[in-house]
Amino acid sequence: MDIPYTVEERSDTGLFNAKLGIWLFLASEVMLFGGLFSAYIFLRFGAPDGAFHEWGQELNIPLATLNTLILISSSVTMVMSWASLKLQDIKKYKLYMGLTLLCALGFLVIKYLEYTAKFDHHIFPSTNTFFAIYFTLTGLHGLHIIGGMIVLFYLWIPGRKMWLSNSEQFTNRVEIVGLYWHFVDLVWIFLFPILYLL
Amino acid sequence: MSSYTHHDEPFYRKYIWSTDHKIIGLQYGFTALFFLLVGFTLMMIMRWQLAYPESPVPLVGSIFGEDGILLPEIYNSLGAMHGTIMIFLGIVPLAVGAFGNYIVPLQIGAPDMAFPKLNAASYWSYLVGGIVMMSSFFTAEGAARSGWTSYPPLAVIEVGQTLWLIGMIFLITSSLLGSINFITTIVQLRAPGLSWMRLPFFVWAQLVTAFLLLLAFPPLESAAVLQLMDRVAGTSFFLPSGLVVSGEILDVSGGGSPLLWQHLFWFLAHPEVYVLILPAMGIVSEVIANNTRKPLWGYKSLVFAVVFLGFMSFIVWAHHMFITGMGTAMSDFFQTTTMIISIPSIIILSAFFISLWGASIRFNTPMLFALAFLPMFGIGGLTGLPLGLAAADIYLHDTYYVIGHFHYVVAPGTIFGLFAGIYYWYPKITGRKMSETMGKLHFWPSLIFMNGVFMPMFIQGLAGVSRRLWDGGLEYAHASGVLHWNEFMSISAWLLGLAQIPFIFNIFYSLKFGEKVGKNPWDSTTLEWTAPSPPLPHVNFEKIPEVHREAYEYSVPGRKRDFTPQTVPKKG
Repeated sequence: MDIPYTVEERSDTGLFNAKLGIWLFLASEVMLFGGLFSAYIFLRFGAPDGAFHEWGQELNIPLATLNTLILISSSVTMVMSWASLKLQDIKKYKLYMGLTLLCALGFLVIKYLEYTAKFDHHIFPSTNTFFAIYFTLTGLHGLHIIGGMIVLFYLWIPGRKMWLSNSEQFTNRVEIVGLYWHFVDLVWIFLFPILYLL
Repeated sequence: MSSYTHHDEPFYRKYIWSTDHKIIGLQYGFTALFFLLVGFTLMMIMRWQLAYPESPVPLVGSIFGEDGILLPEIYNSLGAMHGTIMIFLGIVPLAVGAFGNYIVPLQIGAPDMAFPKLNAASYWSYLVGGIVMMSSFFTAEGAARSGWTSYPPLAVIEVGQTLWLIGMIFLITSSLLGSINFITTIVQLRAPGLSWMRLPFFVWAQLVTAFLLLLAFPPLESAAVLQLMDRVAGTSFFLPSGLVVSGEILDVSGGGSPLLWQHLFWFLAHPEVYVLILPAMGIVSEVIANNTRKPLWGYKSLVFAVVFLGFMSFIVWAHHMFITGMGTAMSDFFQTTTMIISIPSIIILSAFFISLWGASIRFNTPMLFALAFLPMFGIGGLTGLPLGLAAADIYLHDTYYVIGHFHYVVAPGTIFGLFAGIYYWYPKITGRKMSETMGKLHFWPSLIFMNGVFMPMFIQGLAGVSRRLWDGGLEYAHASGVLHWNEFMSISAWLLGLAQIPFIFNIFYSLKFGEKVGKNPWDSTTLEWTAPSPPLPHVNFEKIPEVHREAYEYSVPGRKRDFTPQTVPKKG
């Protein structure tokens, strides 16, 4: 007796198990980042007038803008890779998944350059509360990117053999990691203005 | 998926790296019971110091130094770890991890949880978290000593806190994986015909609990990350500017806020209270319906009450913070929501009481524990009302009254509910009943000594005795009139410890010598009793049951038997 609805949808809920699972996981992620965003608001109001804005001047807006564009592009290629599977085109899938990974890597490289530039100027999390929350938020977001990349890589090469044995479940897997990837993208869309622009 | 049908797995696959919800439930259960015993032992040691201040602790005193006296630092460690272990390593894993895992799939007629591997990962993450917590006792710094609430700035500057935070992150991961699994299982894997209003109340309670864990724990995770940053990266999230420690200004950037921690912490920790109590209410509802031989009174109002309670529990957290100076407008809001949240609890308790009306009750051990739960939880709940009102709370805050209040909710409340569940479902798990004689030998002393421990706390608290004092309050004149209760409470606590021996013995004794029973020894209606005892490995049922009725069709007039299982088809 197998566990029901691992691949096919349950008719009254319209969901397969993992799809509900990932939405619940994302809900908890909203609460996790929500807690940190409230900490940001709390600290910003607690700081002297304009201090957060002033401290934020140290950040590199052009690089962050580039990173925003890279991450949005990776979301697009993520959707394309899923759509390719829906169209039964495994070659295109490989291409778009590879591009997604490349974008993610590019994002991390730029983030690394930003971090090292800060350290060179002797700016650390202990410098002030702005950089404390900056490093915590972007660091946690970076961990989410790395975690996502591990799963994407798995689905790109070693996990792809499932396409031959159970193409529907494989497509579902790509859809689910895609939902996670869009969420990580969305978190950055919030981080960019509150850390760099405000 | 082929592994789901063959049964000849090697030992380590079957009992250690298992993905079967029943084995994982038992793993959770035994680990949690062990931790409950550890947490209880810590408290029994602390009670020596409270009863006989600064005299050598017998038996274990040599651990604390040559003269065997419990030093204040170690007393603080024991206090912090007692709370942490009892809540995060004992009761939640037992109530949710063990009972939820074992019973929920059976009650909804599912072959397993929706994600068996995540389920195993959840247990192992819990175990790692537990080991990290316990290992902190053996480090040079010692275990955390800033209370289970870990308030900064103390928690940031005091030793021993880092491992506490790391352990907590593992525990949060564990409950996150678990809660996703529970919700998905209950939504997706209900047997054919098992519509929402046919679910046993226990499943509803577990569903709401899972939502609380899913949404309330992550903010504590972010708070733990921030406190970890404060400790290891030198940030000042929770450290205000110009903080003076031991006469010197602390060398940090400052600008942080200790209140921020309290908000994030209580945003978890208030829903956590309901995580502790709801599964116990679920168990009590099952036991009461079964042993009154009557349908649960007001099933639908129970369901709506528990859902409303879950929702409200997210907007009452700051009633733990009335004396922080957060402002009267905030206090007004939170004391209002706190009064509102007492309504669903009272609905649930009243429905249980009314269920007893006119019933011919079977007084077996599970029912005794369930019956004791009602007034004990009632005392805990009602004594909470003055704490929810800012004016009264200012006087009672941080006194033994608070300790008495929440222990009545959690100890003779939740833990009695969990005992009821163990006695009730033991025959399903093992195919044998637990000994009734030993069960009663466990119940009556437990009931008496529980009250012996906690009732005098109200007296001490109303006299103004503070809760965290190493000497119990010897230095304060206002405490002198009530301190003689300490010896009485401590002796009650140690006797309560003795009263658990028949229970522990019973678990193992009945495994071999208990009365053999069939599928449905209690003549119950819900689905778990249609599976073999114990249920089949991995698949539970011989075939997936079909549901035709509501959960509690007991004593329906005109029927031959006084119970009709949910699987019996309706005629015509």
